[in-house]
Amino acid sequence: MSTAMIFQQLAGGMLKSISIFCWTLLFSLPLGFLIAFGRMSKVKIFGRFRIIRGITKLYIDIMRGTPLMLQLMVVFYGPFFLWGADIGGFRYPAIIIAFSINYAAYFAEIYRSGIESMPKGQYEAAEVLGYTKAQTFIHIILPQVIKRVLPAVTNEMVTLVKDTSLAFSLAYMEMFTIAKQIAAKETTFVPFAVAAVFYFIFNWIVSTGMTKVEEKLNYYR
Amino acid sequence: MEILRMKHIKKSFDGLEVLKDISISVEEGEVLAIIGPSGSGKSTIMRCAVMLETIDGGEIEYIGGKAAWTDAAGKVQYADHAALKEIRRDYGMVFQNFQLFPHYSVLKNVMDAPLRVQKRERSEVEKEARALLEKMGLADKADAYPYQLSGGQQQRVSIARALAMNPKILFFDEPTSALDPELTGDILRVIKNLAAEHMTMVIVTHEMNFAKNVADKIIFMEHGVILSEGTPEEVFDESNARLQEFLGRYEAD
Repeated sequence: MSTAMIFQQLAGGMLKSISIFCWTLLFSLPLGFLIAFGRMSKVKIFGRFRIIRGITKLYIDIMRGTPLMLQLMVVFYGPFFLWGADIGGFRYPAIIIAFSINYAAYFAEIYRSGIESMPKGQYEAAEVLGYTKAQTFIHIILPQVIKRVLPAVTNEMVTLVKDTSLAFSLAYMEMFTIAKQIAAKETTFVPFAVAAVFYFIFNWIVSTGMTKVEEKLNYYR
Repeated sequence: MEILRMKHIKKSFDGLEVLKDISISVEEGEVLAIIGPSGSGKSTIMRCAVMLETIDGGEIEYIGGKAAWTDAAGKVQYADHAALKEIRRDYGMVFQNFQLFPHYSVLKNVMDAPLRVQKRERSEVEKEARALLEKMGLADKADAYPYQLSGGQQQRVSIARALAMNPKILFFDEPTSALDPELTGDILRVIKNLAAEHMTMVIVTHEMNFAKNVADKIIFMEHGVILSEGTPEEVFDESNARLQEFLGRYEAD
């Protein structure tokens, strides 16, 4: 198989990798906020147990403490083993779900660090001026938090680009899965080199884009 | 007419009594300065007044209504949400570290709360905001961001921001403590001008001479109690040994 052919085949797989990337971000970025709020919740039951905080902490620990590859398999095969469900068309949704709930855990901790790094005085100034709690968060705190967490979020996004290759564990035909198949069939390392180039270019675009966003937010300090 | 009355305020942090039965009242147009060594509770009484801290006992009443009181069982009750919201309109506050919103321009810092909180009309708010900035000598800084300003300029913006809400009383929590000595004069002048316009103010400060010059009434606090209270002449001339020692230390500096 010619190098041009390999490029062409891998480009097809690349589209699938990109779609995993995009859907995962679409779900995990907002979900991370929900989890971050849970992680900072002060709700107590029986006057002492911070139930929501405890549950979200456990969730984050599990998501970060076990391999993403394992989580992919649990999400995909779980319904079959638990309820004998037909999982035939479930492969792609399972991938998006597993990636999203995994990345949301990481984003949650990034958001939390950003929110907790905000000076108390910003809340106090807003409170004395009469802003409601929601107004304070949305208009005063959140924009500053976004600026603070952007570099860490970029980091996760770059990792996500490379992590899309883990979808191979569910035999999903994203780019790296295809590269491995061609490499095995043709006994050549060329597909891996091409895959490396694809990942690199994709990540270059991601990090350049995020740098642009950071520059946009550099109008204040 | 009293704008603010606080009676028998008590406040503890983790069992440490920071305020022991403090009562103060502020008349309309009056400038009250609260002085005292660190840890005397002078900032805490102010934070209780603006409800950034909850009191453990006593009563807080603004001209617009009762904010907090102690019931028959000795438990502190705060007014309901709607009433507190109404009462908050009575006062504004200037913080030691300015606490401007860094992502807003100077003009937006001043305009945002009148628009968002008071829901006033934009053109009117902008006119007023620009006039306030002009008064603070910052007309040319309307489009700047806080980080581009000196500390003294930032503090003047925060005064403009507080004034834009048209408060009946303005609190200053050590407004010059975070500033270089040569910039404090700026802020003190602004406060003095406000006093000349009969703005009702409560100022927690370390600037003894300033307190002496601008205040109608001075309260000297230590260990959570008021040691001395009266006109500047009364307080500064008193034969209170502790006060004289405290003042002497300042004059020696």
